[in-house]
Amino acid sequence: MEKVKCAIIGSGNIGTDLLYKLRRSEVLEPVWMVGIEPDSEGLQRARGLGLKTTPDGVDGIVPHVVEDEVQIAFDATSAYAHAENSRKLNRLGVLVIDLTPAAIGPLCVPPVNLAKLSGQQTMNVNMVTCAGQATIPMVAAVSEIQEVEYAEIIATVASKSIGMGTRKNIDEFTRTTSAAVAQVGGAAKGKAIVVVNPAEPPLMMRDTVYCETVEEPDRAAITASVHKMIAAVQQYVPGYNLKNGPTFEGRKVSIFLEVEGLGDFLPKYAGNLDIMTAAALRTAEMFAKDIQAGKFKLEQVRENA
Amino acid sequence: MMMLEPQVRNRKVKLHDMCLRDGMHSMRHQITLEQMSNIAAGLDEAGVPFLQVTHGDGLGGSSLNYGRGLHTDQEYITAVAKTVKNATISVLLVPGIGTLDELRMAADCGAGCVHVASHCTEADVTEQHIGLGRELGLDTVGFLMMAHMVSPEHLFEQALLMESYGAQTVYCVDSAGYMLPDDVTARISGLRAVLAAETEIGFHAHHNLGMGVANSLAAVAAGACRIDGSAAGLGAGAGNTPLELFAAVSERLGIETGVDLFKLMDVAEDRVLPIMPQPPRADRDSITLGYAGVYSTFLYQAKDAEKKYGVPARDILLELARKKMIGGQEDMIEDTALSMVKERA
Repeated sequence: MEKVKCAIIGSGNIGTDLLYKLRRSEVLEPVWMVGIEPDSEGLQRARGLGLKTTPDGVDGIVPHVVEDEVQIAFDATSAYAHAENSRKLNRLGVLVIDLTPAAIGPLCVPPVNLAKLSGQQTMNVNMVTCAGQATIPMVAAVSEIQEVEYAEIIATVASKSIGMGTRKNIDEFTRTTSAAVAQVGGAAKGKAIVVVNPAEPPLMMRDTVYCETVEEPDRAAITASVHKMIAAVQQYVPGYNLKNGPTFEGRKVSIFLEVEGLGDFLPKYAGNLDIMTAAALRTAEMFAKDIQAGKFKLEQVRENA
Repeated sequence: MMMLEPQVRNRKVKLHDMCLRDGMHSMRHQITLEQMSNIAAGLDEAGVPFLQVTHGDGLGGSSLNYGRGLHTDQEYITAVAKTVKNATISVLLVPGIGTLDELRMAADCGAGCVHVASHCTEADVTEQHIGLGRELGLDTVGFLMMAHMVSPEHLFEQALLMESYGAQTVYCVDSAGYMLPDDVTARISGLRAVLAAETEIGFHAHHNLGMGVANSLAAVAAGACRIDGSAAGLGAGAGNTPLELFAAVSERLGIETGVDLFKLMDVAEDRVLPIMPQPPRADRDSITLGYAGVYSTFLYQAKDAEKKYGVPARDILLELARKKMIGGQEDMIEDTALSMVKERA
């Protein structure tokens, strides 16, 4: 079966890591990489791997989308750029997978709610943030067992793994993750904290999840649920590890995780990149299979005049 | 070697009290509205020009990770705004913890100044927040934390970034109370050389090695005109530079702070000291903070972990230093203790 052709918008850390994964995909074929700097290392690298590139942003790819049969695009730029990018691409019938914290489409954390999105004919899907991908499965693992009043996550990432796009929209990052912790994780209220640590050698991504249950926590059931969910995430992020916990203190459940990356682009400490791109890939592959099977008919989205 | 006094005589220094923000750490964020108002009123009457009022970890800091505040920042700022007549109320904002909306709320409630803080190597996450501070007409400060962890040269680069985003003042922050006077001089004099003449420089000390006053004097000598301290030293770790101590020394050396020293001493003694379960002290664990270079707020949860798991707080703090943990990483305290328990089993 012919692979579904796709474009990567954004030639930074996330875009490049995604490119390496897409090259291994059996259902997706990366054909374009879009950047905004003519001398971008990322664009140079993509050209070396046989992709068409443009330094003119999404405007540079618009004239070629239909001709080159691009059906899926990954936006790995920043929250500020996303709305415009999505509008231009949706108009051409391209499904947009949003890897920025703009969150204009439904939120997707694969082990929790990917299956639900199939068949919804949505033209924009948001991948929350790397912190969200790493922690929301744990919140869901607890909320599946018992009502969670409040969930809080702390994501610590290595300074070297965070590019300018993320740095310029830390506020959106914090807010989108907080909202998703509640909405997708299943807690009544959510909060997200992110810390960027410059230690050398670079630190492996660490994520801490705190859940306050409404009733006294069922320790055995929660522990089993957590381990089951970890195994589910390890299917696509093998380096997703439980470091300590779950521990219980009153109604507070504490889970301490470490995420080791595959090392596709940045070295293994950048587990945050890996969990984001792996999740985006998995999401896109599901939609690609739906497209191939005729289940998902992409439509050109026109705004009202 | 130059004598200190000629370098500082006649310098004008703005004191910025931290006992109602940094002091929240020592009080596990449980200061009452009445205590806040009472202390703020006293400091205002004593002529202290800036009072910081927020959860210890800044706007949005109330959390399981850092501890829940007894009241919301909105309630605290509103209460203090009603009480003070002259002082400017400031807030702390750490991108990644607090958000832009929270800053808007703080300004609405009466805050006139914001310290936008980042780790000393990550200034570029503060652009949005410094920008908003300026937009809201706030006295906008860039606050570079754990400044002992980078070379002076690297610190200057980060300070220039903050200045480029619109910061009107840049602070060198000794969050771990690790620095000694020469470290301070190297950083502050360099900042003074690279930053624009109209950009003010501030210094924030912790007293973990008993060097708060000495370090603050070195900062003034090198060109800092804003000095943070806390009445009665109420702040994280062994506390901040005790404001009344610094004010007394300033008077002796001819540094003009504009505060009424005796009124300030009275606030510390009569209003602040009585609310503390114990006064801040350079005990075994808080000395370790300064000795090893660990974020001062880690003191409390390290002591909690010692009680819970039996691993000495000092050992936990030394391990956190070895792992190069920085401000905000309180979750790593329990995680480290749990790992140490496994290793020691």
